[in-house]
Amino acid sequence: MEQKFHHAPGGMRASARRARGARVVWVLLMRAQAHKRDFDFQSEDMTSTTSLAAERVLWEETVHGGGHWSGVLRRGTALRLVDVDGGVNVAALFYNQEEKLERYNMADTLKAQHTAHLTRGFVCYSDMGRVLCSIIADTVGWHDPIGGVAGNEDIAVKYGERRFQEYRNDMTRSGREGLLIELGKWGLGARDLVANLNFFSKVIAGGTGALRFEPGHSRAGDYVDLRFEMNTLVVLSTAPHPLDPKPQYAPGGLRLIAWRADPPGADDYCRNFRPENRRGFHNTEILFR
Amino acid sequence: MGAIHIRQSRLDPGRAAYDFTLPAGEPWMHEIKRGQTFRILDLEGNQAVDTLFFSAQDPAERYSAQDTIRRQGNIYLTTGSALMSNTGRVMLSIVADTCGRHDTLGGACAAESNTVRYALDRKYMHSCRDNFMIALARWGHRYGLTKRDIPSNINFFMNVPVTESGGLTFEDGVSAPGKYVEMRAEMDVVALVSNCPQLNNPCNAYNPTPVRLLIWDPV
Repeated sequence: MEQKFHHAPGGMRASARRARGARVVWVLLMRAQAHKRDFDFQSEDMTSTTSLAAERVLWEETVHGGGHWSGVLRRGTALRLVDVDGGVNVAALFYNQEEKLERYNMADTLKAQHTAHLTRGFVCYSDMGRVLCSIIADTVGWHDPIGGVAGNEDIAVKYGERRFQEYRNDMTRSGREGLLIELGKWGLGARDLVANLNFFSKVIAGGTGALRFEPGHSRAGDYVDLRFEMNTLVVLSTAPHPLDPKPQYAPGGLRLIAWRADPPGADDYCRNFRPENRRGFHNTEILFR
Repeated sequence: MGAIHIRQSRLDPGRAAYDFTLPAGEPWMHEIKRGQTFRILDLEGNQAVDTLFFSAQDPAERYSAQDTIRRQGNIYLTTGSALMSNTGRVMLSIVADTCGRHDTLGGACAAESNTVRYALDRKYMHSCRDNFMIALARWGHRYGLTKRDIPSNINFFMNVPVTESGGLTFEDGVSAPGKYVEMRAEMDVVALVSNCPQLNNPCNAYNPTPVRLLIWDPV
């Protein structure tokens, strides 16, 4: 009976975790080879952790599948999100750390850049016409801005309930609750939970507007680099994408690597990706003069 | 185009409990009780109507674009669409629609986003976000609503096609004079409307016009 199932005791879980850690290093190395030719950074090749100069790396942290995370990324800092196991989904929200009423705005991000998906070149706009962060590298090619997050009831209906009492930290967790836990730590709550991004997931809206989730979109080792243009509160959940048809609750892990980025110059790719972005960067930069 | 479900209403405007013409570029906030039917009538055609709904009992429960889109598996609203709250409850159901397609992704225009989208010197122009702020200043205290409570809104009568390859554009409206959309409240809600003053794109055919707002009691 599903309810009676118990996971292996702590020792075995720890060894599984070590194996996962080794796999992360391996996939990062493999992906570094695969993607080296895809990008044309001016000063150095930043296509993988192996080519991130050690002195640029500020910290690293792993977020387990189904987990949640929040933290402040300062202007000039980049955050690399790495898909550890393949098929990770990262629900994300961004807030101006100095005035949290200013926050990521789905509609402004989409309409200012005439897009229904995000990849390298696109930026994440706040509701104040400023750039919270820019996507400066991306091995995935499409991140979903419209699918949203599932709540506890959705998760229970789809996967069955797995409580902490029986499953310890392999319990099911929803994206909505994960985001609310992290928002609560900063004095924010449900009123601040606006339409979110889903990194690593692809949802297509065809000619009729019907949604289609593309399975197997992101692979182990895929990553996206966000360069923060403002001091930003970042709130994340690694619960499954609500449209992911996979019947088992088995969300993959996420590796976070924060690193010191070069400031965006006049010829910056994201700044020049669209004429709108040049004005967005202007609006952002005058805040720091 | 597709997924358009045209359905006429049998409700008689002469029997409406509430009938108000909202001039171009103005805000409006009003309660709609469970069981009442709310109609937005595009009097002169191609007029975007930026709309939000809050639960009258608990305004932290509000219309959610992403929950609405996901629940119906489609980004456009039309007859049969359920407008979902951020806690996964049906707030209103669209029961009639002679336009056939309404937008969930474009959100509200704002002075700040106008500087990004068009030019820095367009900041002075009136916008839907300003209307939302006016409405909150006038009436928001009744429900404890502030800027914090403003999520991504519906744009009735607005045409924002999305392509298979992930593009998005603002195009000429699919609406016309006399077209309307009608929804039944499934809970007591507070409606917040901005009759869009945007002059920089085709969403109002470069000529914002009044809309008529009607509410019927349950039959």
